Amino acid sequence: MRRLAPFLLLPLLAGCAASQAWGWYVIDPTTPQGLTNVRFLLGGMGETVLMSVLAAAASMVLGLMVALPALSGHRALRIVNRVYVELIRSIPLLPMLFWVFYGLPLLFRAMGLSIPIDPFWGAVITLALSDSAFTAEIYRAGIQAVPRGQAEAARTIGLSRVQTMRYVILPQAIRRILPPLANQFIYIVKMSAFASVIGMQELTRRANELAVTEYRPLEIYSFLILEYLALVMVISAGVRWLERRMGADERG
Amino acid sequence: MQNAIEIRGLVKRFGDFTALTGVDLTVARGERVVICGPSGSGKSTVVRCIAGLEIPDGGSILVDGHPVAQSRPGEVGMVFQQFNLFPHLTVLENLMLGPMKARGLSRAAAEARARALLERVHIPEQADKRPAQLSGGQQQRVAIARSLCMEPQIMLFDEPTSALDPEMIAEVLDVMVELAEEGMTMIVVTHEMGFARKVADRMVFMDRGEIVEQGPPGPFFAAPRSERCRAFLDRILRH
Ligand SMILES: Nc1ncnc2c1ncn2[C@@H]1O[C@H](COP(=O)(O)OP(=O)(O)OP(=O)(O)O)[C@@H](O)[C@H]1O
Ligand SMILES: [Mg+2]
Repeated sequence: MRRLAPFLLLPLLAGCAASQAWGWYVIDPTTPQGLTNVRFLLGGMGETVLMSVLAAAASMVLGLMVALPALSGHRALRIVNRVYVELIRSIPLLPMLFWVFYGLPLLFRAMGLSIPIDPFWGAVITLALSDSAFTAEIYRAGIQAVPRGQAEAARTIGLSRVQTMRYVILPQAIRRILPPLANQFIYIVKMSAFASVIGMQELTRRANELAVTEYRPLEIYSFLILEYLALVMVISAGVRWLERRMGADERG
Repeated sequence: MQNAIEIRGLVKRFGDFTALTGVDLTVARGERVVICGPSGSGKSTVVRCIAGLEIPDGGSILVDGHPVAQSRPGEVGMVFQQFNLFPHLTVLENLMLGPMKARGLSRAAAEARARALLERVHIPEQADKRPAQLSGGQQQRVAIARSLCMEPQIMLFDEPTSALDPEMIAEVLDVMVELAEEGMTMIVVTHEMGFARKVADRMVFMDRGEIVEQGPPGPFFAAPRSERCRAFLDRILRH
C-alpha cells in the first residue's frame, strides 16, 4: 500500500499540470481563501478520528461480550451469539445508521425514556454495533485457536474457569486477535464517512459542503481521499508494528 | 486406611458410543498402577475422568474419600502426552502459576517451591527459558514439576513418553521412577513395559471400555489369563 501510494498520486499530479479540468487554487494554502478552505476541510479530522476511536473501543468491549457465549458449553448461549453475529453482519451500514438515528429515539420515547441521540453518538453507536459482529468473530477465532490441552492443563493445576481465561487462554489468543482487530479499525475509519449523511461535521461532510459552495468537486474530493489515505496509512503502519511485536513475542 | 482412588461402575459415553462400559478400580495410597491396552480401549478416558476433565455418565469416583468435584485444586496431578505447557510463560512461571493463583502462595514462596522442583527433575538451569526452547524430554519434566508444585496426592500420567524421541524417554522415566520411590500414588498409562516391570505394584489391562485383567506384574507378564491380554502383550513385547 505504502509503495503504491505515489503511483496513485501520479495521475492527479499529471492532470493538475496538463488539464483544464483542475483548479487547485481552491485549496492552495498560499492564498487566504485556499488556506481557509484547507483549514475547513482538515477541521473534520478530529471528529472522524474521535468517532472512529470511540466506536472501535465500544466494538472491542461489545465484541468480547458477544464472543464469550459462543465459547460456552451452553447451546442456547451459542445460538444467541450466532443470531447476533448473522443479523448484525447482514445489515448494511446506512440503513442501520438511519434506524439508530431516526428510529431508536422513537423507540426510547415509547419506552418512556428521553435519550436524545445526536449525529455524533448516532454514528458512534452504529459503527460500534456493525463492527461488533466482526470483532466477536475475531475474538472467537483467536480463542478457539488456543489448543484445548491448555485449558485442561490449567484445570489440573487447580485454576478456575476465569483464571484459566485470564492467565492461560487470553494471553495466547491476544496475539491472534490484536492484528486483525487493528485492521478492523481501518474499516471503521472508512465507514465513518457515512456519518456525513446524518449531518455529522466530519471529513466527508465538510468536503461536501465546500464542494457545493466552491464548485470544485474534483480537487476537493481528491483532497478528501488523500485525507483518508493518510489516516489509513498511519493505522496500517501501526498494525504492521503490532504484528512484528506479536511475532517477536511468539519466538520469545 | 482410606483408598486414594475408588472407582465404581464408571460409564462414559461420547454420543452413541460407549467408551467405558462400567469400570471398577481401587488404588491404595502409595500404590503404583500401570494401565495398558490397545488404542481406543478407554485408558485415557479413565484417567481423564479421575482428573475431572471428563464428566462420567454413570458410576462414581472417590478421590481420598470424596467426589472428584470436591477435591482440593491440584490434588490430582496430571501429565499429558503432549506436555501442554503454557507457551507464553517461562518455565519458572509455568510452575508458579498454580501455587500463586489457585493456592494463594506469595510470589517468593511459589518461586522457591518451583526452583526446588526444577532441581528435583534435574533441569534447574532452564528456569528462565520458554517451553519452546526446551527438548521434548525437558518439556515433559517441566510438566511433571508443574503438577508436583500443587503437592498432589495422586499423579496421573497419560502416555507421558509417547510423543518423545527414543533418546529422551529414559530421562522422563527416570524422574517417574524417582517419584515412585518417594511413595507417590501413581496411575500411569504407558506401553513402556520395562518401566512397568520396575515400578508397577499392579498391572491393569483394558480393552473395549472395560478392565479385562489385573494383577501383580510378575504373573501378569508371565502368564496372562485372558486371550485378549496375551495377544496384546505378544504384540507389544515382540520387538
Ligand atoms: N471427545 C471424544 N469424543 C468422541 N469420542 C471420543 C472422545 N474421546 C475419546 N473418544 C473415543 O473413546 C474411545 C476411548 O478413547 P481413549 O482416548 O480413552 O482411548 P485410549 O485407550 O486412550 O487410546 P489411545 O491408546 O489411542 O490413546 C475411543 O474409541 C475414542 O475414539
Ligand atoms: Mg489415550
